[in-house]
Amino acid sequence: MVTVLSDAYIIGAGETKFGELWEKSLRELAVEAGLRAVENAGIYSRDVEVLYGSNSLAGIINGQENIGALLSDFSGIAENHIPAIRIEASTASGGAAVRQAYLAVKSGEYDLVMVGGVEKMTDVYGSETLDLTSSVLDREWEAFFGGTPAALAAITARKYMADFKVDKEALAMISVNDHLNASKNPDAHYRNKITIEQAMNSTPVAEPLNLMDCSPITDGAAAILVASEKYMKKNKLDGIRILSSADAQDYLAVHSRKSMYGLDSAKIASQKALSKAGMKIDDVSFVELHDSYSIYGLLELEDLGFAEKGKAKDLVYDEIKLNGRIPVNPSGGLKAKGNPFGATGVGQFVEAYMQLKEKAGERQVKGAKNAMLHSMGGTGSMSVVHMVGDA
Amino acid sequence: MGEVSRFWRESVHRYRLVAHKCGNCMKVYFPPRDVCPICHRESIGKMKEEQLSGKGEIESFTVVHEVPSPFTRQRPYILAIIKLDEGPSITAQVVDCDPGEVEIGKRVSTVFRKIAQQGESGIIEYGYKFVLD
Repeated sequence: MVTVLSDAYIIGAGETKFGELWEKSLRELAVEAGLRAVENAGIYSRDVEVLYGSNSLAGIINGQENIGALLSDFSGIAENHIPAIRIEASTASGGAAVRQAYLAVKSGEYDLVMVGGVEKMTDVYGSETLDLTSSVLDREWEAFFGGTPAALAAITARKYMADFKVDKEALAMISVNDHLNASKNPDAHYRNKITIEQAMNSTPVAEPLNLMDCSPITDGAAAILVASEKYMKKNKLDGIRILSSADAQDYLAVHSRKSMYGLDSAKIASQKALSKAGMKIDDVSFVELHDSYSIYGLLELEDLGFAEKGKAKDLVYDEIKLNGRIPVNPSGGLKAKGNPFGATGVGQFVEAYMQLKEKAGERQVKGAKNAMLHSMGGTGSMSVVHMVGDA
Repeated sequence: MGEVSRFWRESVHRYRLVAHKCGNCMKVYFPPRDVCPICHRESIGKMKEEQLSGKGEIESFTVVHEVPSPFTRQRPYILAIIKLDEGPSITAQVVDCDPGEVEIGKRVSTVFRKIAQQGESGIIEYGYKFVLD
């Protein structure tokens, strides 16, 4: 039997509003996003052949495992009896789940795949949330001793700032840019603009990082439909092509890595993704990167290939703006659109889909042809990079 | 979170700073590893226990203000990545000093301390912290 390799297209996308959504449950969020994607694509859910659910923390936050079954059941497709699998890769779950969909379509096994990412984070509060989100670190050798995601990012930030003479303002600019873009995104968690002064003088979280350097605790869900060219043409649909997909791992704990501020996972995954797509870094119209902490925005600009190590500070005042040379996070990014772990990476695809279809309204990146999407696990233990668009 | 066995089995490493050394390339790993990431299969069965001196220097640090539930009584605390003299870097608290005294490059030594407590009647966890030399 001959297997026909197919290109994979995003034919529909939808998401919930991101935010503190007290009245909505894990399952309601997931179903809402899924239905929007189905409606957006103009397909019927009976055509979906496999469901990949992206989620990071439902087991410990909501006391719910068996997420695949939950999502398929409450999406109303239990009697379709299609496979429904949860993909967990910490905060990179979203990118990792889309990659599985890409591979599934590309291999010729499936013609229509649903990816739904969801996180319901506000079912626990305060210091307990911080204990649970610290499970993305090495529990026994980082979190055990008082390590939190913010603390590890802060340790990295201090070292980076010292070695490359980068001041805190450069970090703050990542958050200022996210908030400015999010002010134009109705789905964003925080739509207020912030000034450099507000960012610099906000409450300390883990020095030198302040509240405005840290992504918030966000509820939300996002979903996309990935289809083969055959399915798309047969049903007279159109879509945005997933040009390439790559992922890479690194050591789990920051203290084990070669460099505190070299995100090797991001570097390797982005190089692979560009090379597989036959593209150069200058071909990227905009990037959605995983700035769970402002310092990672700088490090990722470097390791994804937009600047030399230590030089991202030269990009953060103008180049990263919506109308700049390399627009960063038109969605508002993790800082301001929000960071619902399992949904975050899928949400980047929703943004890319809208941008590349020129339906992003006020935050439209003019003439956007293709995007780089970067989903990162924990403090950099994993990166998934996708190129989507026209090539 | 977790029962006694989870903490008890790491006691030798957390109480006495016992690392693993690869018998093939002689690199020292802490926390201990059963496979050397450099030598791979060449290291199988050759990872031997190695006592660390507990001395090293601060590579970088932070002062943590937003703390997880087991650490609420220690807020704020100094958390650092420390490069040990035998090679490995580890994450641990720096105590018995003001944040203003801590700097990248300063020499530190281990002390044995209470790490955290799981609520009023839960397990009290012990391990290493560091003090400035």
